[in-house]
Amino acid sequence: MFLINCPYCGERDQSEFVSGGEAHIARPKQPTELNDDQWAEYLFMRKNIKGIQFERWNHAHGCRKWFNVARDTSNDKIEKIYKMGEQPPKL
Amino acid sequence: MSKNLRINNKQFVDETRKLSFIFNGKKLYGYKGDTLASALLSNDIHLVGRSFKYHRPRGIMTSGSEEPNAILQIGNDDALTDPNVRATEIELYDGLICNSQNCWPSVKFDIGGINNFLSPLLPAGFYYKTFMWPASFWEKYEYFIRKSAGLGKSPTKQDPDMYDHRYMHCDILIVGGGVSGLIAAKIASDDNKKVLLLEDKELLGGSLIYDDNDISKIDNQKSSEWLKKLIENIKNDKNIIIKTRTSLAAYHNYNFLLARQNLTDHLSVNDRNNKIRQRLYKIRAKKVIISTGAIERPQVFHNNDRPGIMLASAVKKYIDYYGVRCGLENVIFTNNDSAYETALSLHKSGTKLNAIIDIRDNSSSEIVNKVKSLGIQIYWNHTVVNTKGYKRINKITIMKLNDKGNDVVGKKIELNCDCLAISGGWTPMVHLFTQSGGKLKFDNKDNIFVPDKTNLNQLSIGSAKGDFELDDVLKNSIKDTKKFLQIENSNFDKIDVKCSKEKEKKNIWLLPSDKPLSKTKPFLDYQNDSTAKDIKLALREGFKSIEHVKRYTTTGMGTDQGKLANMHALGIVADTTNTNMGDLGTTTFRPPYTPLTFGTIVGRNVGQFFDIFRKTPMHEWHVENNAKFENVGQWKRAWYYPKDGETMHDAVQRESKAARESSGILDASTLGKIDIQGTDANEFLNRVYTNAWSKLQIGKCRYGLMLNEDGMVYDDGVTTKLGENHYLMTTTTGGAANVMSKLEDYLQTEWPELDVFLTSVTDHYATASVCGPNAKKIINKIFKDLDLSDESFPHMSFKEVKLGNINCRIMRISFTGELSYEINVEASYGKYIWEKCIEAGKEFNITPYGTETMHLLRAEKGFIIVGQDTDGTMTPVDLQMDWIISKKKYDFIGKRSLYRSDTIREDRKQLVGLLTDDPNEILEEGAQIVKDENKKPVDMLGHVTSSYFSPTLKKSIALAVLKEGKRLKGQKLLVPMIDKTIKVTVSDTIFLDKENERING
Repeated sequence: MFLINCPYCGERDQSEFVSGGEAHIARPKQPTELNDDQWAEYLFMRKNIKGIQFERWNHAHGCRKWFNVARDTSNDKIEKIYKMGEQPPKL
Repeated sequence: MSKNLRINNKQFVDETRKLSFIFNGKKLYGYKGDTLASALLSNDIHLVGRSFKYHRPRGIMTSGSEEPNAILQIGNDDALTDPNVRATEIELYDGLICNSQNCWPSVKFDIGGINNFLSPLLPAGFYYKTFMWPASFWEKYEYFIRKSAGLGKSPTKQDPDMYDHRYMHCDILIVGGGVSGLIAAKIASDDNKKVLLLEDKELLGGSLIYDDNDISKIDNQKSSEWLKKLIENIKNDKNIIIKTRTSLAAYHNYNFLLARQNLTDHLSVNDRNNKIRQRLYKIRAKKVIISTGAIERPQVFHNNDRPGIMLASAVKKYIDYYGVRCGLENVIFTNNDSAYETALSLHKSGTKLNAIIDIRDNSSSEIVNKVKSLGIQIYWNHTVVNTKGYKRINKITIMKLNDKGNDVVGKKIELNCDCLAISGGWTPMVHLFTQSGGKLKFDNKDNIFVPDKTNLNQLSIGSAKGDFELDDVLKNSIKDTKKFLQIENSNFDKIDVKCSKEKEKKNIWLLPSDKPLSKTKPFLDYQNDSTAKDIKLALREGFKSIEHVKRYTTTGMGTDQGKLANMHALGIVADTTNTNMGDLGTTTFRPPYTPLTFGTIVGRNVGQFFDIFRKTPMHEWHVENNAKFENVGQWKRAWYYPKDGETMHDAVQRESKAARESSGILDASTLGKIDIQGTDANEFLNRVYTNAWSKLQIGKCRYGLMLNEDGMVYDDGVTTKLGENHYLMTTTTGGAANVMSKLEDYLQTEWPELDVFLTSVTDHYATASVCGPNAKKIINKIFKDLDLSDESFPHMSFKEVKLGNINCRIMRISFTGELSYEINVEASYGKYIWEKCIEAGKEFNITPYGTETMHLLRAEKGFIIVGQDTDGTMTPVDLQMDWIISKKKYDFIGKRSLYRSDTIREDRKQLVGLLTDDPNEILEEGAQIVKDENKKPVDMLGHVTSSYFSPTLKKSIALAVLKEGKRLKGQKLLVPMIDKTIKVTVSDTIFLDKENERING
């Protein structure tokens, strides 16, 4: 059970949050310009790595804000939490 | 009690409080302070159970949670009986009733004992090998396997006990109240830390508290006396919260731990009334110190499982703590010095010790010399090769070991023995450390796994870390705790410890016998009856990974989770395969450390508290009017209102007829409602719905379909424009929360530039939906000044009116195809407005209808229900709803996916209507649709999603998803059922009023 430091509320138990999958996958601005393969890349393809993974989390049972988390999937250690729109940290 | 097994004058057992209990129907006595195990032993009872596979007689082996044999059924009440309880852990109470498990007709004469003689036919993997063929026999095998599987009986009635959950937070959590844990607690408290100290026994102090030898000294005091003073000190320490009878069940990441406290299991049954039985602590600790100690290992030799064979440390505890002799003809069999403490305890209590067998060549430590000086016979370099006595050990045979230790030589010596105390060294309790993700390393000197690397803020100390001698335990615990807490000095820095130091070590995982291995039974896992032979067989058959060997032989898979067996199993694998034990690794330790009852896990979340449910403001009215309810998400929705013993079918026919012919009323309060405000609200709707919203005027409503980015239908509902930058969106009942979070997600992460604010208002408003040809007259009776003409208040529009002081939002929208008004009021007026409608509608036979009739009415009109007619694989095109996809909009969620190669396939499953050839035949929802029944394998073309008998049309109607459905209109197809085949014709999805004339009454 993680302890997650919501950038708006502070440290809270994991049960207050939901995970929203991989971060930094921007919705294409002009989807109609994309061919099927490019659209499928955006729609379906997600990384599943051992090591630092950038994820979106939502404080669903709290402030309902979305934010980004850099988590080491090998030991679940949260290396960094940063707000939506910010660039991923170099880790 | 013919034998004199009690030793008087013990400080931990209160001999003035005699307690009676019943074991296998026989009334026996013990004292307050006894465990069930010590009370049984004081009555000269060792035989308490039968082993799982061979049904061999088994006795009490240990004094703690590692007990593999003495697991009993406690209580005989259908609701309260508790299986697999370790007799070594349960405190004796007056009136305790317990029975042996896994034996029939009795533990003394067990028919299953015949398996012992069949054991050559029951090798490792017996079940895998035998029940494989013929495959068709599996169902028959399963019956017998299930019958013989498992130990004990589950309660058959609901558990009447109360359980509780509680969150706790602390600076330092200390698990284990032995000497090292107590010292750590004191050091932390002196540093002004908030300490939570857990101890699974009733008293603090661990094994040192009853240590009675004269060799160990702390600060020149007897070690137990020194410890008692420390405990008094800690009990009065305001920084330390102590929870006894509390065992740690699980250690999760981020220092989140679960612990179970026993609150009533030690009380007599009458004293438990209205008390919480167990409490589960959910602990978040800044730092964790594990001081869980070590457990003694047995030795592995031929027939090492007879009742009367016990761990040496247990024999010592029964004497020194409980004042109970486990036998009158004792023999000790050891490979290390610690068993000599048992020898001293036996001697001091005046209990006969016939001999000590030690596999080492010699030992000259202080404690061994002391035992030598007492004149006790010690057989150095000897091993036990056999034991005798079916229900209780009575003799052992020993022989000399050869130089290599892999065979025996010389003459057999037979010794009398009714209690054999065995010791094979000690194993640190690293379970919690590994549960938390910590990695172990192997210590070749002591043949143990010890904690190595961890990512968490935690420390293992004492024998849990691999320190076994008193001076190491104390000094290293002090040193490590100080470093862990970053403290310079402590009050223990000048501690002076004296103890005997072990100099000689020898370890043989599988001791040799004069018989070949195939003729012996050297048990590793007592509960699961796996022997060293089984391990070797598994290796011969090609299993290499220790995880595979474990599962194939079931070693370590009993309720004791291999606390005694695992190290020997690893050792034998390492020896046999010539591998270093450190390279072999261990099997995975998983929570819970000791079994938890389900009651503790669920706590108060039982019965009506199992899950939350939501009720509409009109709920009481539905109850009073005999509604049957259906669960929709968390909501309780009125399903139908049976009158005079009507079936659901009858009620639905009556309700839907009334709605079509005069008027009906539906509680629609559960629909999700989202208030949308902001200057970009209109643009937002354009982006989330498939259709265009730019031209919607204030006071108008529009139906919208929402897709996922993959193009599949996600939700639908009507949105009303309340003001220039103000909308009210409705969603499906079940989808409300998901829609809300999805929209919030897009707003925050993809379109943060939009000025839009979303508020969930589902619970703020109640909705009564009045429909039918007479709806207008009913609404007119309530809202006399409201102009209801089609010009002023047309279909898909909205009016805000007042009824007295109540603000009402009335939407003229329809999910039934009838003229229909939805009245929305603040939730607290919900029941009032509902009753007002019922009263006004009386003369028009206004009929309340539930969700079932609503489903029928909308199906007649071919309106979809998201989640019933769709399943996350249907595009709007598949639903034949192409009209709702805007061609003009550049983008909306899911648009690009609507022309992916897969979504434009013509042969996708599409929504169609189905009519049965026999109009009275009602299809089953979920039934498969085929063309040719006889073709094998039969092509499944689709399935029925909605099906009803329409009283208005006087025939059965159905919606279905069907491969290439659009092209198949008019085609005859088949719906095969278990007892017949139903002929159907593919039809349009709209069955009633294609011209939409009813919408205006």
